[in-house]
Amino acid sequence: MKILIPIKRVIDFNVRIRVKKDGSGVETANVKMSMNPFCEIAVEEAVRIKEAGKAEEIIAVAIGGRQCQDILRTALAMGADRAILIETDVEVQPLAIAKLLKATIEKESPGLAILGKQAIDGDNNQTGQMLSALLGWSQAAFASNIEFTDTGLEVTREVDGGLETIAIKLPAVVTTDLRLNEPRYVKLPNIMKARKKPLDVMTPQELGVDVAPSIDVLDIAEPPARAAGVKVADVNELVDKLRNEAKVI
Amino acid sequence: MSILVIAEHDNNVIKTSTLNTVAAASQLGDDVTLLVAGYHCESAAKSGAEIVGVDKVLHVEAAYYEHALAEELTALVVACCEGASHILAPGGTFGKNLLPRVAALLDVGMVSDIIEIESEDTFVRPIYAGNAMARVKSNDPVKVISVRATGFDAAASEGGQAGIEVINPAPPVGLASFVSREGAESERPELTSAKVVISGGRGFGSGENFKLLENIADKLGAAIGASRAAVDAGYVLNDYQVGQTGKIIAPDLYIAVGISGAIQHLAGMKESKVIVAINKDEEAPIFEVADYGLVADLFQALPTLSEALDKLD
Repeated sequence: MKILIPIKRVIDFNVRIRVKKDGSGVETANVKMSMNPFCEIAVEEAVRIKEAGKAEEIIAVAIGGRQCQDILRTALAMGADRAILIETDVEVQPLAIAKLLKATIEKESPGLAILGKQAIDGDNNQTGQMLSALLGWSQAAFASNIEFTDTGLEVTREVDGGLETIAIKLPAVVTTDLRLNEPRYVKLPNIMKARKKPLDVMTPQELGVDVAPSIDVLDIAEPPARAAGVKVADVNELVDKLRNEAKVI
Repeated sequence: MSILVIAEHDNNVIKTSTLNTVAAASQLGDDVTLLVAGYHCESAAKSGAEIVGVDKVLHVEAAYYEHALAEELTALVVACCEGASHILAPGGTFGKNLLPRVAALLDVGMVSDIIEIESEDTFVRPIYAGNAMARVKSNDPVKVISVRATGFDAAASEGGQAGIEVINPAPPVGLASFVSREGAESERPELTSAKVVISGGRGFGSGENFKLLENIADKLGAAIGASRAAVDAGYVLNDYQVGQTGKIIAPDLYIAVGISGAIQHLAGMKESKVIVAINKDEEAPIFEVADYGLVADLFQALPTLSEALDKLD
């Protein structure tokens, strides 16, 4: 079985983002970019599945500008076998991303696609589910554990009420939650090896997908700031303020 | 405008997130239909009909809707959404699991986690863990939208008199099946709808020490939450987690104890009306968003707080 791992390049999760003054977006010039943390978990899971002998090949896919090659090389260094960059300068929205991935899957015929549950920039949490629907595959979103069974997968999902386990048939789309695994650190020899692994470049046109967005971003603003609070000296003052000033207890 | 709201329920009770979603739907228009799909879910359908703002309830019964499997519900929503201008669901894991699938099959984009409605096609939603707000306009013929509960005051759960129409289920899809569920049964209010929440972080040092919080939660009628650090350390189960990837809440009073205040945690609670922080590190970022900050060791402050609450009438 092949596993497809679509990954996204985002502002590094440690960076405190700055909203541009003109409201056109978030400052990305001279800002550290990395693989989306949930995507790293997806790569790690795919590599572990392959190491356990349940998959033969792992294909990493990124959609975006030429710079996305850096995260694809990271995925290759972590253990992916080859990479595909679908190169475009358009800010592609989840539905179009899902269509590009569907077209890629139709060419590559993987039995499983593992995606991060959301990217930490747009926080949409859509692409995996959309891809699954377009393919008519089963889905297990927000996975914290994946087990192979005779008939498919048993996936434990992090849901609002706790944990839910479902059984799904393959082929399937799984999206990762934080506690699925801890991604490995990439070792230098693997980075060297990754440079020699194949990385193909394609375009949305070649895949026959229109990537024009259907949702316009009108502007991006800072969230309203909270007024500075006060420090209280002790518990009694705290309780007094909560009762008599804030009137919440 | 014809708005379809997908109810989140447990086949018995409608979840409060559905009330916030109905409130959002009512801002879009008067014609609000609530879809209650489940198994033996008559009581949920009946309570759905009593929500103020709901004009009609579509009640669907099938064994394969019992556990809200995304593949099954998607087929149903797509089959019964004809004529709808908007399809809404609560923005928790229920809606996140379901709605993108619906949008994809309708060949439209989706707007996730809206907190404000400007017009029938323009919405405000947080991005970058709430560190920026995006105003977005959907040009799709059907708007598929998940609603962040904290952005909208809940619709009244009683007083409505909608008619209930029983409709046929969609044919089963059969790709997935439910195996089991593990959740913390609790006498306390639900984290996402509690008026008061008290949360603990890594500062507690162990799950055993979380008992200190339980005592105070009982006195305040509060729900208990936790930071990601506390969940990762195994002090409590994942469904306690407040933050970007956990629950996003906005209670009247939020008390953060032994929580430093990582951006990811703040994203989950900074819309709370009053925030209290108790932390021994006076440089902790949590104090930047706290209305009342107490620099103190939690192991001393919590027992004192418990006594002080006893003295209140």
